[in-house]
Amino acid sequence: MVDVTFQPNSVIEARLPRKRASLRTALKRKSTAAFLMTLPLILLITVLVLYPAFYSLHLATLNKSMQRFVGFGNFEFLFKRETFWLVVKQSCIFALSAVFFKALIGFVVAHFVHNIPAKGQRKWRGMLLVPWVIPPAMSTLAWLWLFDPSYSAFNYTLAYFGIGPIPWTGDAYWARFSVILVNIWFGAPFFMIMYLASLKSVPEQLYEAAAIDGANWWQRIWYVTLPMMRNIIAITTLFSLIVTFANFDITRILTAGGPLDHTHIFATWAFRVGIEGGDIPLGASVSLFMFPILAIAAIFILRDINKRGNEA
Amino acid sequence: MTSTVAIDKAAPTRTVKYGSMSRDRTWALRWSYFFLTLFAIFSLVPPIYMLITSLKSSAEISAATNPWWVFHPTLSNYIELLTRNQFLRFFLNSAMVSIFVVTITMLISVPAAFALSRMRFWGSATLATGVFLTYLIPDTLLFLPLFKMFAVFGDWTGIQLINRWYVLLIVYPTLTVPFCTWIMIGYFASIPKELDEAAIIDGASWFQTLTRIFIPVALPGLIAATIFAFTVSWAQFLYPLVFTTSTDQLVLPVGIITTLIKGDVFNWGQIMTGALLGAAPPLIIYAFLMDYYIAGLTAGATKG
Repeated sequence: MVDVTFQPNSVIEARLPRKRASLRTALKRKSTAAFLMTLPLILLITVLVLYPAFYSLHLATLNKSMQRFVGFGNFEFLFKRETFWLVVKQSCIFALSAVFFKALIGFVVAHFVHNIPAKGQRKWRGMLLVPWVIPPAMSTLAWLWLFDPSYSAFNYTLAYFGIGPIPWTGDAYWARFSVILVNIWFGAPFFMIMYLASLKSVPEQLYEAAAIDGANWWQRIWYVTLPMMRNIIAITTLFSLIVTFANFDITRILTAGGPLDHTHIFATWAFRVGIEGGDIPLGASVSLFMFPILAIAAIFILRDINKRGNEA
Repeated sequence: MTSTVAIDKAAPTRTVKYGSMSRDRTWALRWSYFFLTLFAIFSLVPPIYMLITSLKSSAEISAATNPWWVFHPTLSNYIELLTRNQFLRFFLNSAMVSIFVVTITMLISVPAAFALSRMRFWGSATLATGVFLTYLIPDTLLFLPLFKMFAVFGDWTGIQLINRWYVLLIVYPTLTVPFCTWIMIGYFASIPKELDEAAIIDGASWFQTLTRIFIPVALPGLIAATIFAFTVSWAQFLYPLVFTTSTDQLVLPVGIITTLIKGDVFNWGQIMTGALLGAAPPLIIYAFLMDYYIAGLTAGATKG
């Protein structure tokens, strides 16, 4: 106000550049504000995800006391150990078979839920998703108790049908089966929910057209449902493959890697070697073997995201 | 002429066909219910067995009676656990960690999602994809370098992080923030541009646009993200197992496993009671907010 009364001309002149400057600061402010808003996220990801990821690469090249650089020494040591190859084998068996059955059961159950009248679906879906909701560490304890050798509820029930006591977690093959079974129990509901959501988005007209063309139920699934669900099936399977490869809770609690290291997977063995054995570099080298599967999955998922980005 | 003949012929067969189709339909329905019942039993056996065992005394558990039935129900396991300070400490630690982690996650991911979905800046698209990729890096790959990092950090600064419950507040966001940011980006992107343009024209700042427009409109997404963050931090097992060891610093899952299992002695009644109480908070949230829970679960893949 003071400016206006004393120097009216200079005010107008001064206001123009000031307005331009404030516009510029506003523009600057938008990007600064955007930067400040994402800063915590960027910091979190760099300091606590990216840095440790590369740090584990560095750790894997050190000796046990972490004072001497040994290059690929840890990996050479691993390749010579029989347990390591057991772990590789078990990790692949565990992840592939668990993901396959999770996807299969999820697909089948999603169809059954989709089949029944809409008003009852909510109730069934609610019940079937319970395994996914319970923290896996808690539900695995329940399985451990169900598998208990002497007071086992399963063996009691099987004895009723005249089937002898089964060493659920005591025998190497049965222990492998048990670990996979629990993982299927925990993960199948996730597939079921994803497939159900994508089943609902398949247009009904396609099925009507297929029915008019005389397609039987198998042809309807093969030529209509599966192509329409292809994206969801691919992304859910990749997701689950990563999570299952990196699984820790179930194996750790159910068998702790036993009997005789036959059910160890990368994560549990890395924990055994790195934390319990105190050899952090060796543990880091073991956990690095989860990286290739991660990279492959990431490439596929990235391609999928970019494709969808172009469509939109 | 031929067409009328054809219709005449078709009329009776059509009714027959309808009959067979509806009969097929009822049979398909029966089979669906049959298999759904089987799968529901498969899903619900472990939690139900938890409940059954938690109501038994240790004498009944070790007796050779039918394990699927409670002959002498008792609440002694619950009373014993809920009056024990140690167990209440685990519960309190879990609750504190989860609530803090949810708050931190929301404070980080909501502004970031807003900036990434609305305020285009250099590298924002790359960053959004990067956020999703970090979600794929599993905890089992990071726990060893993080353990070493915190140990080194403790040596340098004298601030002890290992074996303190608050170390979990630092590591849990790495699991929750990327996914929550990702679903919030999806929800924010679905809000029409006109809405925030109108707000900007009316003189709202970016911050006001976020708090007055985006957060209220995207509230379902916010609830879904909150539920996700809570369930993840409540259920996390590996990080507390690695980073905390003293009994007063443990959270519930690790506490139950390390203190209730003593050597080879399994007190199953108490373990099952503890597990059931540990599973209760996520189950209760799920029972009341099932739709939000499922929305959060499916949003990750359908939106990306």
